[in-house]
Amino acid sequence: MIDAKIPTGDLDKKWEDYKGHCKLVNPANKRKMEVIVVGTGLAGASAAASLGEMGYKVKAFCFQDSPRRAHSIAAQGGINAAKNYQNDGDSVFRLFYDTIKGGDYRAREANVHRLAEVSTNIIDQCVAQGVPFAREYGGLLSNRSFGGTQVQRTFYAAGQTGQQLLIGAYQALERQVALGNVQMFARHEMLDVVKVDGKAKGIIARNLVTGELERHFGYAVLLCTGGYGNVFYLSTNAMGSNVTAAWKAHKQGAYFANPCFTQIHPTCIPVSGDHQSKLTLMSESLRNDGRIWVPKKKGDDRKANDIPEEERDYYLERRYPAFGNLVPRDVASRAAKERCDAGYGVGTSKQAVYLDYAAAIERYGKTEVSKKGLSNVSHEEIIALGKEVVKEKYGNLFDMYAKITGENPYEVPMRIYPAVHYTMGGLWVDYELQTSVPGLYALGEANFSDHGANRLGASALMQGLADGYFVIPYTLGNNLADEIYNAPIPTSHPAFEAAEKTVAERIARLKNINGKQTVESFHKRLGKIIWDKCGMARNAEGLKQAIAEVQALKKEFWSDVRIPGEINEYNPELDKANRVADFIELGELMCVDALAREESCGGHFREEYQTPEGEALRDDENFMYVAAWEAKGEHEWSLHKEELKYDVIKPSQRNYK
Amino acid sequence: MSHTTMNLNLKVWRQKNANTPGAFEMYRVENISDEMSFLEMMDILNEQLITTGGEPVAFDHDCREGICGMCSMYINGKPHGPWQANTTCQLHMRAFKDNDTIVIEPWRANAFPIIKDLTVDRSAFDRIIQAGGYVSVNTGNAVDGNTLPIEKAKADEAFAAAMCIGCGACVAACKNSSAMLFLSAKVSHLALLPQGGPERKTRVTNMVAQLDKEGFGACTNTGACEAACPKEISIANIARLNKEYIVAGLTSE
Repeated sequence: MIDAKIPTGDLDKKWEDYKGHCKLVNPANKRKMEVIVVGTGLAGASAAASLGEMGYKVKAFCFQDSPRRAHSIAAQGGINAAKNYQNDGDSVFRLFYDTIKGGDYRAREANVHRLAEVSTNIIDQCVAQGVPFAREYGGLLSNRSFGGTQVQRTFYAAGQTGQQLLIGAYQALERQVALGNVQMFARHEMLDVVKVDGKAKGIIARNLVTGELERHFGYAVLLCTGGYGNVFYLSTNAMGSNVTAAWKAHKQGAYFANPCFTQIHPTCIPVSGDHQSKLTLMSESLRNDGRIWVPKKKGDDRKANDIPEEERDYYLERRYPAFGNLVPRDVASRAAKERCDAGYGVGTSKQAVYLDYAAAIERYGKTEVSKKGLSNVSHEEIIALGKEVVKEKYGNLFDMYAKITGENPYEVPMRIYPAVHYTMGGLWVDYELQTSVPGLYALGEANFSDHGANRLGASALMQGLADGYFVIPYTLGNNLADEIYNAPIPTSHPAFEAAEKTVAERIARLKNINGKQTVESFHKRLGKIIWDKCGMARNAEGLKQAIAEVQALKKEFWSDVRIPGEINEYNPELDKANRVADFIELGELMCVDALAREESCGGHFREEYQTPEGEALRDDENFMYVAAWEAKGEHEWSLHKEELKYDVIKPSQRNYK
Repeated sequence: MSHTTMNLNLKVWRQKNANTPGAFEMYRVENISDEMSFLEMMDILNEQLITTGGEPVAFDHDCREGICGMCSMYINGKPHGPWQANTTCQLHMRAFKDNDTIVIEPWRANAFPIIKDLTVDRSAFDRIIQAGGYVSVNTGNAVDGNTLPIEKAKADEAFAAAMCIGCGACVAACKNSSAMLFLSAKVSHLALLPQGGPERKTRVTNMVAQLDKEGFGACTNTGACEAACPKEISIANIARLNKEYIVAGLTSE
């Protein structure tokens, strides 16, 4: 069993006690201490800005051309906070409880409680930075509801909450750049962690414009590098989102926790063909009014509107009469996959189901007729009135759908399909966000800590900013207080030299393969294996096959990949090859983890472990632990367990019926 | 969902790096589905180039959902191509027809030097933000979020300006390569909110000075920036910027 260094005492006093007793670094010493932050999304930008404000000398790295591009920017819905502005019974405890339950009892109580505590500070900080949250006519902040909760605690900025929060953090970061406290390295990718005497003391980064390798020293290294959803090739992640920094850390001794916990969102615009490069999310709110169906006949090629009512299978309403189209995300996703796999899918690729607004349009139309006291109204007029209502509620989403698909969702049903969009697993961290390598930290989606086996909506933004603005400024100091006695390590140190040599050799090896197949083609094949066998539903046999297939793919990659261009120039294909090589190794570990976890929980659904009704069947007696994997060598890992203790909440079966 | 395929001629700007002169190259891509995005068509071109021993075309892109601001192609004479209020990554091949010739260039501006092919260096935008595009508030300083009510209309207007994705299409569209729409969006966002009040004058003065230093051109109010902006940032923000700048100058101490 591994120790997460959770403070003793009552749950609601742990963080306060920690803050009251943690060690501090005085301002004069902070100015002498360099800290490395990799990644500039919500977690990285907020951490770099806050540490810069405190006086540390920060070096921040991102692979994009500017820190403002990080994929946090694409988050739509909102950010949760236990403000209770709506007087509807919200509290720190309730946010904590909802998050633990939503995570299917596989998250750490102490971390989640701390997250709920600092959630309120995040909103205040962002407002002070000038983040233009939605407001009511009285001038105060507006809230909306989100999945998995019964209170209104989600703050938002139209459908661009992630953008506005990231721009806020980015501006705070750029202010520190201007003041000289943060040095920014854009278009740089971290390719290894440098350890001296077992502690992380720097990184090897590649300048993506020149191809040169650089050595950077830091008293601590913070990885804020996001999730690994792109292991599936197709996901709602950005094209550049990758696991490389986290994976290098893993190879240097950092445990990787719960890699099989991935979240698949049910309402995305489906794949339109083999050329597809990424997937786009459509807000879950559409399931409030839409009805989901497929044709009753296998391989029915008729247009949706030509299929008569009695030949449609509203499978969610059929299978889940109580919840119907509003079943939870994982259930809706799995049910869509089941229909498509059975041959009932629609659209060009047959990997889609219909989300139909015809009934809602008619219903809203009739309500309007009654509201306006109209009589002798034709069917066409009812439909026109109904469309207006739907446009007001969902207009921007319908427009986005039309742009991508070229179809008019007011006239024909939308086609949707589940897509990968978040990874709950990540680097194992203790209460202080430190990985199992001293001096190496992981923040935001890159760590595993707060969402258990399933993340609730509007919680990712909350966690990224909590870690960066309000957790790491305390926990980093507690550890750096002892480092002030150690002189900075010159980058001529043999450890830096050896690390740079290893990185350079690997790049040269990749480049010299000179095979026939493109990086992209390998990535697509990897994605297909993981999606088919370690996606929405997994079983032992499939996972064993997947492990063998991924191992074979790795061998093929390292003997037949083709990378054009030169090493010492701007070469996006080489960058991609470095990332895909790491995704292949991670893919194997995901399957290993999914195979070892012989239960179903949250996003991890093992077909062998389900209730008679087909719901996830947890095994608390044997699997109430965090699976933290230590890299041992090629295709070899050893499992460390962190026991999850529930002192305050009593785990129970999540019931949707 | 009937879909068609098309064959296209692509006239693409190729340039090894900032120090080497560039030139157009012609390529042919076939069987392009009208359901593809423009960048997926570029992916196909690149796969074709790699497997036939060529060099793929370098271009910036990341989120591919119109929000990160990284994609930046000048397509048939327009930043982000023919569709209104759209980014390159959201442009779909339905916009084109069989046997079209599509001309693809990088953003062209002195302040955006070319890195390779269609990739340019937009770090000048970061430096403009560093000159004052923020509220100077350290983490932990904040009072309760509801302490200061903000008129809804003002908050909405600030949000409309804050929607800028920093892609640089405004600069690419402008015959003077002016970055006034970008700058004005940030100045407006913060000037419209009470939180931006204390630094209102220094912000606009310093940001304009940095803009000039970066080598962007002057604004002559042609409105090309507004027409090209994927987020429909209004040119009225430039008027507000000018007002802010003049007031800051007239009332300086």
